[in-house]
Order: sequence, then structure tokens, then C-alpha cells
Amino acid sequence: MSKSAQSPLDALHRQLGARMIDFAGFSMPLQYSSILREHAAVRDAAGLFDVSHMGQIALRGDGAAPAAGRLLSRPIEDLPVGRVRYALLCNDAGGVVDDITVYRRSDNDVMLCVNAANIAKDLAWIRGNVETAVEVCDESDQTALLALQGPSSPELLAGAGASELQQLRGFHFATLSLLGHEVLISRTGYTGADGFEIYCPRTVATDLFEGLLAQGAPLGVQPAGLGARDTLRLEAALPLYGHELDDTTSPLEAGLDRFVHPLERDFIGAEAIRRRQKRGHTRQLVGFCLEERGIARAGYPVVEAGERVGSVTSGAPSPTLGKSIGLAYVPPRIAEMGRRFEILVRGRAHAARVTPTPFVGGNERKR
Amino acid sequence: MDEIQIPDDLRYSEDDEWARADADRVTVGISDFAQQQLGDIVFVELPEVGEVFSQGQVFGTVESVKAVSDLFAPISGEILEVNTSLADSPGTLNEDCYGKGWLVVFQLSEPAGLEALMDSKAYASNVAKRAE
Repeated sequence: MSKSAQSPLDALHRQLGARMIDFAGFSMPLQYSSILREHAAVRDAAGLFDVSHMGQIALRGDGAAPAAGRLLSRPIEDLPVGRVRYALLCNDAGGVVDDITVYRRSDNDVMLCVNAANIAKDLAWIRGNVETAVEVCDESDQTALLALQGPSSPELLAGAGASELQQLRGFHFATLSLLGHEVLISRTGYTGADGFEIYCPRTVATDLFEGLLAQGAPLGVQPAGLGARDTLRLEAALPLYGHELDDTTSPLEAGLDRFVHPLERDFIGAEAIRRRQKRGHTRQLVGFCLEERGIARAGYPVVEAGERVGSVTSGAPSPTLGKSIGLAYVPPRIAEMGRRFEILVRGRAHAARVTPTPFVGGNERKR
Repeated sequence: MDEIQIPDDLRYSEDDEWARADADRVTVGISDFAQQQLGDIVFVELPEVGEVFSQGQVFGTVESVKAVSDLFAPISGEILEVNTSLADSPGTLNEDCYGKGWLVVFQLSEPAGLEALMDSKAYASNVAKRAE
């Protein structure tokens, strides 16, 4: 993509002093004030993110839910209307095409929220793998997505006239009027914090973003960019497509067993996942903490006796813990909890230790 | 982005370091533009006293949440002093890059190297070009 696509909130971001970066072909805010400050706002109060780069793909028609179920690592036929489910879209080799959230909007309408970098690939894959009776629609260009994340989120929304959302359970959604605009809002997110994701038409996104910021100012709510989103999701040990997952990764290597049931049901890729599991995985995703100063970033080698045996997939300083954390693929023999290994940080070996994940908070988000 | 501070009494390198000469002791740090570009600085790695660098050589590293940035020696010389307080409070580089956030002091060995650095006017136009 030569020119970055713009979020409907582009003008507002610039007005708010955001530093913009290109992310998967979209010009998006990296930060407004400071990644550390925005990160802290989400942990202590709330942050409001523009994640309109995410894609939305609808499957419609009588066979929409069973068709989605055949494509995804978890069943969709039994997903009640008003519920959300995290699942993986796999290829025939058992690799991950994308990791997505699935919304059952009605009996005959399933919406998949997909990663920005994968919209075109997912669309092609889905269109090639559902029968023609199921209509596949790309809604990405009409949809804006805001994420309100942090412990003050329910209070903010109650103040904005949507007090019923305080009762909305995790991985449920509702359609309602928020600040005068019809939205779909789910109790989901990508930060490990309580919060909501708000789907709305692009035309009302600026009004909603400004309205929520104004409403949230007394609570300490701040606009937050993709920089903080990344450190927050890493503290929650949530995978990022392109880092922990790609077309060659088995979801089982990535530790996503809970979201994949290849023995219980069939879906595209299930057989290959079973075969790879039977053969035995050669690598396992682990969380680690560095035991000395430094930051182990994506791509840095994991070494043992001078040999490269694995790779860091994501690494950053944890603003909450005040130490350096990360995720890495390592051989299963060094993947057990507490095990030490070394990471080469620009040529110098740093000690790291396998650590339980999530690094921060309980992981009750994805179920 | 906030307005970029470029004090008149310093010299600047193209790698966004500043240098302040006091006889043959030259204090070196990173510019306001550099710290703004980096964002929250969370890690600083500096050389030991006594190490010798020639102009353009990497003498340390600063890391923000998102990025790693090498520090290039703006002049040649031996390291006389290191700001060890930055190890525990790297954020000082964001708060006071021209003061408490100084990095190292070089022993000036070739005065011509210092003269070759930009003055504040030249650096301001250099930054303006890149900030567009």
C-alpha cells in the first residue's frame, strides 16, 4: 500500500497532538502524550483507543453460523445471539490465518473482527471456503472501532447514559444508543483490563470519541495510542498476529489450546493440527522476564551454549512491573516454568527466566 | 509535538547529540528533538570512564518503550565522566535533556572535531527539514 489509509478520527488525532505511525497500511496514533502515561491511565482509570484499522467481515444467510464454525477453531453454531467468542482461522496446514473475535449478531448474521494486516487475506480465504449461499461482506470501510479500556470504563459509560452496560458480562455485547448514536458495544478488549469495544458508523466516530473523552476527563480518562495498546496486551500475554502467530504457527505451539478443539470437532486445519501435535511440537511459546537490565525485543535470539535455539516474538519494558518482559518461542525442553535461558541483546547474553502469564492481572478476557 | 528547544550555546551533531565545551572537557547529551522522537526513555547504556571513542563511533544506547537508538560520539576522545544516575532514572533524559540528563564528558582531543559540529541555527534548520 503506497499511501496509508486514514482513520475517520484522523483530524481529531492530530488536533489532540498524536504522533501518527503507519500500522498495516493505516495511519494511526502511536501516542498522544507518552506511552507510559497512557499505559498507566488504562491500568488506573481508563484509556480511549481508536482501533478503526481493525477489519469487520460479516457472514450472512441461513448457513452463516455453520459456515463460520467450519472455518474457525471453535464452534459458532452454538454461539448465542449477543455473545462474542475468540477463535482462530486456520489454513489446511494447521497454521493460523488470523486470530479473531466472532460476534453472533442474529441467527443468520455472524461478524468477524479481524486484524488490520489480514483483512484482504482473510476475505479471500473465507470467500474461497464457504458455499455460495453464504454472503461474505467486508464492512471495514464503513465501520469505526473504539476501545474504552480500564477500570473506570463502566462508570464512564454509565455517566454517558448507558448504565445498563455495567451489567453487561464479559464477552457479551449489546446494541444501544450511546451519546445519541446507535452502536454495538461488547465487553471485550486487548489490554487485560476491564473494558468495552464500541463499533459505530465511521461518520459518528469523531463525535463519540470527543464525547467519551469529555465525559471521562473527570475520571482521568485519556486518549491512548497503539504504543500503550502494545505494552498493555504484552502484560496480559495476549498474542499479536505477525509476532506470536502467523500462517505457519500451530495454535497449540502458541499455547492457545483453550481455543482449539481439534479432537472434538472438525474445522479447516483440525486434521493438520492433530497431526502436528501427535508428531510433537518443536517449539513452545513462553513468557519470560529478563533478570538484568535491558530490553529483549522482537527478533532477538534465544541462545543455549552459544547456539540459537529460539526467538523473542515480543518484548518490552512492563510499565506496571518495572521490569523487562516478553514472549519467545523456545524448544519444549526449556519451556518449563522457572527455567532459565539466555537472550542475545545486541550481541550480549542476558539472563531470562520462564515466567507465568499473564504477567499482569488475571486472564479472564478470552473465553 | 511540543516546541523543540535548541539552546544557542551548544554545538550539535547530525545524530542529534549536543556538546558543551568547557576548556578541554566536553559534556555530551541528546537533543530535545531526539528525546521527543524517542518518547519515554526507559533504558540507557553508557560506556566506562577511560574508554576512548573516535567521532561517529557508537558509545552507548538509549531505549524508549518502542525503539532502540545508538549514541554516536559527536567528537573523538576519552570518557572522563559518566552520568551514572541515568541507570536508575532514564526518564531524566525526557525531562531535562540539556541539564540533569547529560550523558558523558569527553576529553577533547581534536578541537577541529568540535568546530565541525553545527551551531544552533544550522541544527534548527536541520531539524526543521526532518520534522516536516
